Amino acid sequence: MATERKSEVVFEIKDLEKSFGDHEVLKGISMTVEKGEVVSIIGASGSGKSTFLRCLNLLETPSGGEILYRGENILDEKFDVRSYRTKVGMVFQQFNLYNNMSAIDNCVKPQMLVLRKSKAEATENALKYLEKVGMSEYVNARPDQLSGGQKQRVAIARSLAMDSEVILFDEPTSALDPEMVGEVLLVMKSLAESGLTMLVVTHEMQFAKDVSSRVVFMDGGVIAEDGTPDVIFGKPKNPRTKEFLRRVLNEDI
Amino acid sequence: MQFFVDIGNIISKYYLRLLSGLGYTMLIALIGTVIGLVIGLFMGIIRTIPESKKKSVRAVRKVIDFIITAYVEVFRGTPMMVQSMVIFWGFAFANGGQTLPLIPAGIFIVSINTGAYMTEIVRGGIISVDKGQFEGAYSVGMTHFQAMIHVIIPQVLKNILPSVANEFVINIKDTSVLNVIGVMELYYQAYKIQTMTYKTFQTFLIISVIYFAMTFTVTRILRLIEKKLTGKKDYVICGSQSSSDAEIRVGGGGRNGD
Repeated sequence: MATERKSEVVFEIKDLEKSFGDHEVLKGISMTVEKGEVVSIIGASGSGKSTFLRCLNLLETPSGGEILYRGENILDEKFDVRSYRTKVGMVFQQFNLYNNMSAIDNCVKPQMLVLRKSKAEATENALKYLEKVGMSEYVNARPDQLSGGQKQRVAIARSLAMDSEVILFDEPTSALDPEMVGEVLLVMKSLAESGLTMLVVTHEMQFAKDVSSRVVFMDGGVIAEDGTPDVIFGKPKNPRTKEFLRRVLNEDI
Repeated sequence: MQFFVDIGNIISKYYLRLLSGLGYTMLIALIGTVIGLVIGLFMGIIRTIPESKKKSVRAVRKVIDFIITAYVEVFRGTPMMVQSMVIFWGFAFANGGQTLPLIPAGIFIVSINTGAYMTEIVRGGIISVDKGQFEGAYSVGMTHFQAMIHVIIPQVLKNILPSVANEFVINIKDTSVLNVIGVMELYYQAYKIQTMTYKTFQTFLIISVIYFAMTFTVTRILRLIEKKLTGKKDYVICGSQSSSDAEIRVGGGGRNGD
């Protein structure tokens, strides 16, 4: 659709605000995300990272501002939210696999229901992505038979199987036992390398540093600093960033 | 001794009446419970529709919520015996004395009464499903209806099955109140037999055994279904893509300490 350009803008977010009652969580977020970028969003708990991400998938309705997806305002009443959500997938902290379905059905059913694919076609596609995340052995297992890391990999496959253009990761490894964090991060790393556009809310500083192309530091409902990992982790300009990193990186030791 | 002879006589003489009463009781209770459940699920789907951005939609929703609440409160707050009379004779009143056919009227009354209870049971069932299940469904672009039918309701049904079974058992017993409008269920038949034999105690003792046999059987059957729905504990590991023979059954699950 769009003319070929070097940089293709996927998201343009302007003055995004979100309040829960009197509590203002997001106080004007503006940023642009280009195709292929891997943006890590870091910050202390309660800084609004997750709320921001949930606004992008419209699981929360913003109270103000604009979110443009490829130039279209997703907050417009006439905007087709459902087809948008197939393009912008979401991976949750608590996985949110459908508990009543096996791993394979978790990936097949959404394609059939939302994208109207045939069962055969959907299954073929699902198997492809389940293999990609290393879960092809467990296609018949139900979620309660899988470990956290395995569940999260199925959840990623489910999102990929929708042929999403962007995937939003909401603290994908925060609910995992430490030894399972690695397997999920490895999958995410390979996705990043394959050119998928990713927005990742994370507490994994190593991931933010090594894998992302850009790091956004949120503090008190605003973006306090936005830059390459080298800048953010090497020589951050904002003293709040410095302090936050000093705190979390010390904890790592 | 005479007592057992009486019982024997009643059964051998009136077994057709007893059987047909049993049949209608079962029929009305079963259909009434199923329709009641469907009503409850339908209300549950409507009540969980996410907030709309449009003001007009929100207003309509408020009205619907009010109607559902009123329905539940009224039907839970009045005896089914009274509801039977009001509905049956209310229909006749509105149609110039023309009454409803009895069995459909009985099914209608039990369904709508059970629906009120089921609405609350389903509500509890939906609340017990993790909100993440809704989000997982919405996040891939499912409609509310698709999310409910394919993801939420199956989990709700599993959760509420014991309560549904309970409602069914209650209905088997409570269909007896339909005798006030003349539905020929088991109690009605017993009443008729009693007026012909004057053996009140013996007759009602017989039907109490029949009622108990019905509820006990139904409880056992539903418990079996419940067990089945909980699902198998093991699953099949798929071997390498090349050979499907290399399947191994795994017990328990991957969860640590399971």
